[in-house]
Amino acid sequence: MLLALGLAGLAVAQGGTILLNAAGATFPYPIYSKWFDVYHNAHPNVQINYQSIGSGGGIRQLLAGTVDFGASDGPMSDEQLGQAKFKILHFPTVLGAVVPTYNIAGVSGELNFTQKALAGIYLGTITKWNDPEIAKPNSGVKLPDADIVVIHRSDGSGTSYIWTDFLAKVSEDWKKKVGNAATSVNWPVGLGGKGNEGVTGLVKQTPNAIGYIELIYAVQNSIPYGKVQNAAGNFVKADLAGVTAAAAADAKNIPADFRVSITNAAGAKVYPISSFTWLLIPAQIQDATKREAIKDFLKWMLTEGQKYNEGLTYAQLPKDVIEKETKAISLIQ
Amino acid sequence: MNGARMTWRKTLNYVMLTLTGVAAFGVVSILFLILGYLIWNGGKSLSWSFFTQLPKPVGEAGGGMANAILGSLKLLMLAALMGLPVGLLAGVYLAEFGGKTFSFVIRYTTDLLNGVPSIVIGIFAYSLVVLPVKHFSALAGGVALGMMVIPVTVRSTEEFLRAVPGTLREGAMALGASKWKTIVTVVLPAASAGILTGMLLALARVAGETAPLLFTAFGNRYWSPGFGQPTASLPVMIYTYAIAPYDDWHRQAWAAGLILLGLVLVANLGARLLLNRGGAVRST
Amino acid sequence: MSAAATTIVRQVPPQAGPRAFLRRLQSGDEIAHLITLTVSAGILLLTSMLVYELWVNSHLSRAKFGWMFFWTRVWDPNFDNFGAAPFIYGTLVTSAVALCIAVPLGLASAIFLSELAPRKISDVISFLIDLLAAVPSVIYGLLGIFIVVPLMRTTIGPALIHTLGQVPYLGALFHGPNYGVGFLTAGIVLAIMVVPFIISVSREVLLTVPRDQREAAMALGATRWESTWKVVVPWARTGIMGSVFLALARALGETMAVTMVIGNAPTIAASLLSPGDTIASTIASQFTEATGDLYLSALIELGLVLFLITFILNGLARILIVATSRGGGRPA
Repeated sequence: MLLALGLAGLAVAQGGTILLNAAGATFPYPIYSKWFDVYHNAHPNVQINYQSIGSGGGIRQLLAGTVDFGASDGPMSDEQLGQAKFKILHFPTVLGAVVPTYNIAGVSGELNFTQKALAGIYLGTITKWNDPEIAKPNSGVKLPDADIVVIHRSDGSGTSYIWTDFLAKVSEDWKKKVGNAATSVNWPVGLGGKGNEGVTGLVKQTPNAIGYIELIYAVQNSIPYGKVQNAAGNFVKADLAGVTAAAAADAKNIPADFRVSITNAAGAKVYPISSFTWLLIPAQIQDATKREAIKDFLKWMLTEGQKYNEGLTYAQLPKDVIEKETKAISLIQ
Repeated sequence: MNGARMTWRKTLNYVMLTLTGVAAFGVVSILFLILGYLIWNGGKSLSWSFFTQLPKPVGEAGGGMANAILGSLKLLMLAALMGLPVGLLAGVYLAEFGGKTFSFVIRYTTDLLNGVPSIVIGIFAYSLVVLPVKHFSALAGGVALGMMVIPVTVRSTEEFLRAVPGTLREGAMALGASKWKTIVTVVLPAASAGILTGMLLALARVAGETAPLLFTAFGNRYWSPGFGQPTASLPVMIYTYAIAPYDDWHRQAWAAGLILLGLVLVANLGARLLLNRGGAVRST
Repeated sequence: MSAAATTIVRQVPPQAGPRAFLRRLQSGDEIAHLITLTVSAGILLLTSMLVYELWVNSHLSRAKFGWMFFWTRVWDPNFDNFGAAPFIYGTLVTSAVALCIAVPLGLASAIFLSELAPRKISDVISFLIDLLAAVPSVIYGLLGIFIVVPLMRTTIGPALIHTLGQVPYLGALFHGPNYGVGFLTAGIVLAIMVVPFIISVSREVLLTVPRDQREAAMALGATRWESTWKVVVPWARTGIMGSVFLALARALGETMAVTMVIGNAPTIAASLLSPGDTIASTIASQFTEATGDLYLSALIELGLVLFLITFILNGLARILIVATSRGGGRPA
């Protein structure tokens, strides 16, 4: 009986299916899984199997060659690119926001977080919810005298990259103590959750917790998230407008390889913890069917795919970026 | 005899003995709690779609684990194909042919392999099978699980072969059968019940293994064609869904847990009942 | 059978040389011997390869950190500084907690099953406990997340903080923020997982203690309990130790259930309520995404460390258990 099943499994392989294996960021996982599903329905012979194991995982597996392409919210560093035996291209897919989410009894609304507050909480220097730095901009809210349960990522994460990128920009202490933006750091305090999913789960279950997750996870799970103070001093709630504004400044001047950080961008309405997220595609793909499938998907993603972004609270790519990307697709050979 | 001291000793006696009973029943009740909880939570979420549908995109309700169920079956099949013959033959060697020192070495090595944490076996399978071909695959997962099947199979095969009475062997030899013919036609069949149950137990044990699959079989949202591609599996799905925040995924995790536990327990129950009827009660 | 029907055994003259070998090969026996021998040697080869791979792939990390790897408390992928200390600590602490809970529970149950319960009940209960041993780790993890963790957070944790946490010295074990996940939770889940091993091996070992030992004690006026605790158990002491080592070895290598309830923070903290990490759960969380060869090498070195620890423990366990069942159970 088992043998029959096995043979059945083999039989499916004969169908001319193109199976692409990908892995990486959990940040865009909701939109990616939606895209791959819709694309598969439109092109039934193409299956894109995406495993959401974190940006670190995406980069690692791409470097090891065990996946056809990767995904990461933190662009690969020059050092990492140097480790690769082949050239890797970055293709931005969506714009998203990382939000501070919390689970405080009695607080269901939005808290305002200053830049110092977030840095202090994650450095471990601010330990209680009713600390003046947190209470100051939240005059109407009764914050409890409770210990803050800090939650971060336990795995190599692009969301961590974005978060630490922001913290490094706004806090000298953070930069000195923990370092620059990275997918994996030595967190001064806190518990680790695996993936955006894991952090969301932990925050949901743990009273007095704070965590950083991609916006859609907060929305889909109906948990409150706070406003963050941007470079101009305004407290902005993460939404499509704020994220689009963050990208607008750099859109025209985006570097040719599309690696850019848009955290803490200048502008009154900017949401400061915004970021592009990228698909990491090898510049040379031997297998012709796979290559064409990937290129076709990218074209679809830049046109049809973008229509699904806003439904899942990701912002669409700026037109300039889309134009440049469409040209860059031809670089894949 | 000092009366008070006697009373104290008697009381202590009574109390301690009762406590041991409480302990034993307590441990057993944990088993029933686990089963009960799984049946309660898992049963609620079992549905036809669970068995037949593929997972849905993140955040959307519904979908099922059909690919994971098939994936687990495929992995078990691979593990059986790779590990069971090795275990059987090695067991035959140890029971029938083995020289003293070499047998000792083999037994020791097998025990060693048995004690290796499953995550370390996963690392090994990753470097052995995944890296060279640059591919996560069901095959790699099967290799990892197959390695874990070997020690238990070797042990039980050897034990049950040794348990076959010498008279059977001698009878066959007296009729002119060569050694290997004796083994194949007389000894193995005599020990077959025990050997098969040993194999069944070995497979039941690896069916629930998750850690080695994390970096060998990896995972798949779709059907996995053949054996050269990553595949979903029940234990990994349980893990992924359990740590996620979506309630719908939690429900599916419970259902998957129920199925997995059900399969494992049925296999174990069946195996041990068979063994008990054979007269020998073995512990792992 | 007539006495004349003797089996004529063909004597194969012990000649060296290929022709003799080939002749021997003709007989099915030699082939069977060869095949089974090769397969057995294959197991040897496989295991050696495993150790070899672990050794070779961890070489970057070993070269860079040397012995300091065991003492460094920092695990910093950003600055490429890796130390195993937090994970060794976590592994030891969770296993210690697990044993503290499982050994009394397990030994008591084994005593009940071997000494007190009528044979039928003893067999049924042992049977059920063996089933407990078959439950997959991930299922314990599932139950851990949804039952034990909330229980720890809402009930057990606060209770411990308010009672034992107030005791001087001991209190250091139970203070600080109570997340629900942590060393204690992982220890509890591990305890449930290893208790069946302690019970089944201890029970078997206790059953081998000769009857006359018990009877002698009772004849001298001992109560049932006294005879058990002061005579039978010490007799089986080495075997019971063996079962504990076996349980310990299992607990050390446990991955999934632990990683789901321990909090995943490479911390060394006195409080059992603190989150932490073990070697196995770190490897599981970080292996697929260790960017950088040194990072991966450090993780593999962790695997090597784990392998060595379980290797030694399993070896010791085996020696102890064999020593008892050979009748060498006299209290040393």
